[in-house]
Amino acid sequence: MLKDQDRIFQNLYNDLGSDLISCQKRGDWVKTKEIIAKGREWIIEEIKNSQLRGRGGAGFPTGLKWSFAPKEVGNRPHYLVINADESEPGTCKDRDILRFEPHKLIEGCLIASYAVQAKICYIYIRGEYFVDGQKLQTAIDEAYEKNLIGKNAAGTGWDLDIFIHYGAGAYICGEETALLESLEGNKGQPRLKPPFPALIGLYGCPTIINNVETIAVVPTILKRGGKWFASLGREKNTGTKIFCISGNVNTPCNVEEEMNIPLKELIEVHAGGVVGGWDNLQAVIPGGSSMPLIPKEKCETLTMDFDSLAAEKSGLGTAGVVVINKDQDIIKCMARIARFYKHESCGQCTPCREGSGWMWRMLERMAKGEASKDEVEMLGDVTKQIEGHTICAFGEGSSWPVQGLLRHFKDEIKKRNKFDPIVKENKNIPYLVDQHLLDKNA
Amino acid sequence: MSLRRPAKNQPERFEFNTLSLDAAKKIIAKYPKGKQQSAVMALLYIAQKQNDNWIPLAAMKYIAKFLDMPYIKVYEVATFYTMYNLSPVGKYFVQVCTTTPCMIRGANKLVEACKEKISKNESELSADKSCSWMEVECLGACVTAPMMQINDEYFEDLNKEKTVEILDKILKGETPKPGSYKGRVNNEPENNRKTLMELKNA
Repeated sequence: MLKDQDRIFQNLYNDLGSDLISCQKRGDWVKTKEIIAKGREWIIEEIKNSQLRGRGGAGFPTGLKWSFAPKEVGNRPHYLVINADESEPGTCKDRDILRFEPHKLIEGCLIASYAVQAKICYIYIRGEYFVDGQKLQTAIDEAYEKNLIGKNAAGTGWDLDIFIHYGAGAYICGEETALLESLEGNKGQPRLKPPFPALIGLYGCPTIINNVETIAVVPTILKRGGKWFASLGREKNTGTKIFCISGNVNTPCNVEEEMNIPLKELIEVHAGGVVGGWDNLQAVIPGGSSMPLIPKEKCETLTMDFDSLAAEKSGLGTAGVVVINKDQDIIKCMARIARFYKHESCGQCTPCREGSGWMWRMLERMAKGEASKDEVEMLGDVTKQIEGHTICAFGEGSSWPVQGLLRHFKDEIKKRNKFDPIVKENKNIPYLVDQHLLDKNA
Repeated sequence: MSLRRPAKNQPERFEFNTLSLDAAKKIIAKYPKGKQQSAVMALLYIAQKQNDNWIPLAAMKYIAKFLDMPYIKVYEVATFYTMYNLSPVGKYFVQVCTTTPCMIRGANKLVEACKEKISKNESELSADKSCSWMEVECLGACVTAPMMQINDEYFEDLNKEKTVEILDKILKGETPKPGSYKGRVNNEPENNRKTLMELKNA
């Protein structure tokens, strides 16, 4: 288990209070000026050395992302945007940072803004987190009052303004370009990449977008050194991570642990074990709902980091671990996830807009045992038609969980669905129709 | 994609009151000059608060003029995002999360409670028109599942009895206490904490 002094989020459980004075006591806003005085090359180099990878799901190296920002500020200002649109089912880590460790985030914003030469930072918070957003706003007001941000922020000579922008219940706005569209006051529909936001982003200006957790760990990395961070976890998967363990466990919780921790340790030690005992485990979704599930056999030895999960054809994603035990109907669980994606598709690309509804309806029927045998293969085919044929990664996000189900639980589906082809039975099953016709609100 | 339609009965006029006007001006100041369109989401939200939790078409037209942008663009935004209610939902708007992490911990019991207490179907006003409920997608409190949201506040770690208790309160016009109903103040493992122990006792 990770030593307590190596935990970055000392106040993850709000034992110490989240006001400025309590935060300063545990090391926030200490030495900020000295760090910035070392210059932006040093900061970016140190983050590169720490091998910090983005905590929002994709795991892109943060130092590298920052180095994409133009070296000189031209006639277009630079922006820093923080992604707090946390909506991935199974994930609730950013909420705890917003409400319990707001000053780690604000200090991180100052350092990151300096590194990418941004003078304005927007924090995009999902609309449902209104109360937690207000807590962050209080912290921002405190920081303004003590001149830690604003003109000549924290005595560093850098000016920074931080504004909160609330979303309004669209999962897709967690995608970085959709988030920018939303910030500009449009529908949240993703843009084509390239051009990448680092060059043409918010209002057509260079923009760096990072997850809350990524930015909140930056000050601690710079204070304790990139080497310290890189010594935790393993090569290319370094540092600590907040894991959210939910579902059928005895004590669901958020816990900060070292990367590469065994999944079994997370579940047995921190989450108090699976409901009904380890043998009652059916499957685990390791990284938020978009990541393919992992069956019990593999959970014994699995370690939680980007690369080892990718080797199992899944991913760490946001590290939202959803534990599903044998009391649950696994097909129904996946059908519900498919319904989530059907609801949240932005509607821009046809394969995703229509395909997500297909997958949901087919899975619902499969859960009831009303599908025909060959539909199982057809479902796999539908996922392949969506994956890789959309503007953003939502296509992958919606088809991967279904592919995971087919990979590991195909026998279960086939056992339950023994119908002959639909034509013979003459059943009236509308899987080829426009999904809007079936929408209950239509 | 979710399909959303505006209500049939629309008020003819809408205008910001002084409180909303002040808030709106503060929000527009957050964005660069000429980029006031960015404020549209926040302004719709203000309109929703002012107008008993829902946005009439007149408010969209008003906001379009206010921000000097085409009405259709405001309409697009209001129909795209699911947190904007396009028809009356009552003073208390109950949203029950039923996505998988909540579902496997018994979110259907919460739905049952809503059906018994508020109305048989979702998005339907209760008998006294003070309250309505609907199933929503992940609200981001999976560790304290099952949970629901009433207006801005989260109610977590629920079961059927506790949900009924909360709903009884709002139907009487009282304000129930938000937060976890297992007494948790954070997302620590209940009675099983193994980390940061020194701070716990501090």
